[in-house]
Amino acid sequence: MRVLVPVKRVVDYNVKIRIKSDQSGVDIAGLKMSMNPFDEIATEEAIRLKERGIASEIVAVSMGDAKCQETLRTALAMGADRAILVETTVELQPLAVAKLLQAIVERERPSLVLMGKQAIDDDSNQTAQMLAGLLGWPQATFASKIEIGDGTATVAREVDEGIETIRVRLPAVISVDLRLNEPRYASLPNIMKAKKKPLDTLTPEALGVDPTPRLQYVRVEEPPKRKAGVKLASVQELVAKLKTEAGVI
Amino acid sequence: MSVLVLAQHDNRALDKATLHTVAAAGRLPGPVHVLVAGHDCAAVAEAAAALEGVEKVLLVEHPAYEHPLAEDLAALLVSIASGYDHLLAPSTTFGKNVMPRVAALLDVAQVSDVVEILGPDTFKRYIYAGNALATVKSGDVRRVLTVRTTAFPAAAPRDGRAEIAIVAAVEPTGLSTFLGREVAKRERPELTSARIVVSGGRGLGSGENFKLIEELADVLGAAVGASRAAVDAGFVPNDYQVGQTGKIVAPELYIAVGISGAIQHLAGMKDSKIIVAINKDEEAPIFQVADYGLVGDLFKIVPELTAELRRARG
Repeated sequence: MRVLVPVKRVVDYNVKIRIKSDQSGVDIAGLKMSMNPFDEIATEEAIRLKERGIASEIVAVSMGDAKCQETLRTALAMGADRAILVETTVELQPLAVAKLLQAIVERERPSLVLMGKQAIDDDSNQTAQMLAGLLGWPQATFASKIEIGDGTATVAREVDEGIETIRVRLPAVISVDLRLNEPRYASLPNIMKAKKKPLDTLTPEALGVDPTPRLQYVRVEEPPKRKAGVKLASVQELVAKLKTEAGVI
Repeated sequence: MSVLVLAQHDNRALDKATLHTVAAAGRLPGPVHVLVAGHDCAAVAEAAAALEGVEKVLLVEHPAYEHPLAEDLAALLVSIASGYDHLLAPSTTFGKNVMPRVAALLDVAQVSDVVEILGPDTFKRYIYAGNALATVKSGDVRRVLTVRTTAFPAAAPRDGRAEIAIVAAVEPTGLSTFLGREVAKRERPELTSARIVVSGGRGLGSGENFKLIEELADVLGAAVGASRAAVDAGFVPNDYQVGQTGKIVAPELYIAVGISGAIQHLAGMKDSKIIVAINKDEEAPIFQVADYGLVGDLFKIVPELTAELRRARG
């Protein structure tokens, strides 16, 4: 079966972002960019399915400007077979991404879409659920364990109360959580090989999707800052402060 | 102009997250309705009807809704959405699972994890793990929101009772099947609504050592949380995790033990009223947000603190 893995290019999780002085957005110029960590986990899971003989082909998809090719090359170096870039300079929001993915799913006919549960830049946690809705497919979000059976997937989900297990019919969209697996690093030979793997470029127009943003970011500002407090010398001092100064115990 | 809140519940009781969502809904124009979809869940509808600010409760009872499956709940919400300008759910794993599907089926954007409502179409939410606060305006005709429960008060009970209307179920999709849920039984308060939270990190070194955290939590009547590092290392289960992708907490007192203070952890707790950090590394970033810090060996400090608090309690 074919597995589709959407991957997003985001500011590396170790990098501290800056807010533009005119509050128009986040200044990401010149910052180190990486594949969204949750998407790395999704890519890894797809590769493991292929290694176990369950998946036959892995197609990685990214969207945005031409630099997203780097993210796709990372997926190819990890083990994806081919890649598709939907190239656009329009700011892509989750609903637009879901519609573009829907169009790609209709062309590629995968049995499974494996994707990160959330991107660490806009923290929306929407795209997988939206894609499943648009396709009329089942969804299994926040997966921490995936077993593919005969036309179904049994998925353990990380929920607030603990772990929930559901079974979904295939084709389905599965969004992955942190503890599903530990993604591999691409080896140097595989990075070289990835350069020769096919990478097709499409546009929103070619896919018949209007990607215009629905939400307007009116202002982006620094969050209220906490001031560093005081370092205390003893447990007794701490208990006294919590009682009298803070009044919380 | 009406607002619909999708209730989170377990067929017996209304989840506290719903109380906060109802309060958020009250900041929007129009009467607030609450949708209770479940199986044998009339008691939940009664509880929702007794909340301040609720004008009407919609009750749908059907075996398909016994467990919250996104496909069937989304179809149900879409079937009644035309009467509402705003559809809200808490930003819990329940709400996060269902609402984007609803938004896509309605062809509208969703605003996730709203922390402030500035108007019917304008909301504040955090991006980049809490490192930027965005004001977003939705141009859609209908607005689908999930709300951060710690950012809104809980709706209080009131005298009297709102009308409860019975609504028809939608034909089940059969796309997914609930198989089971492992819920750890805990004596302690629930993490997201506790007044005090004690969290442990990688510095604890093992799951066994978490008993130091539990003892401290018990003397304070606190909930127990953990950093992602501690969950990844297998010290405690996933539902302990506080942070960008785990639970967001804002208790009156948050005690971080052996937690360095990675950005994604701070995103989950920096709205706490008072933060205490206990860490052996005096350069740890957690001290930059802590009101009170103790630098030293947690294996010495935590038992001492537990004993001191026990003594203070008498």
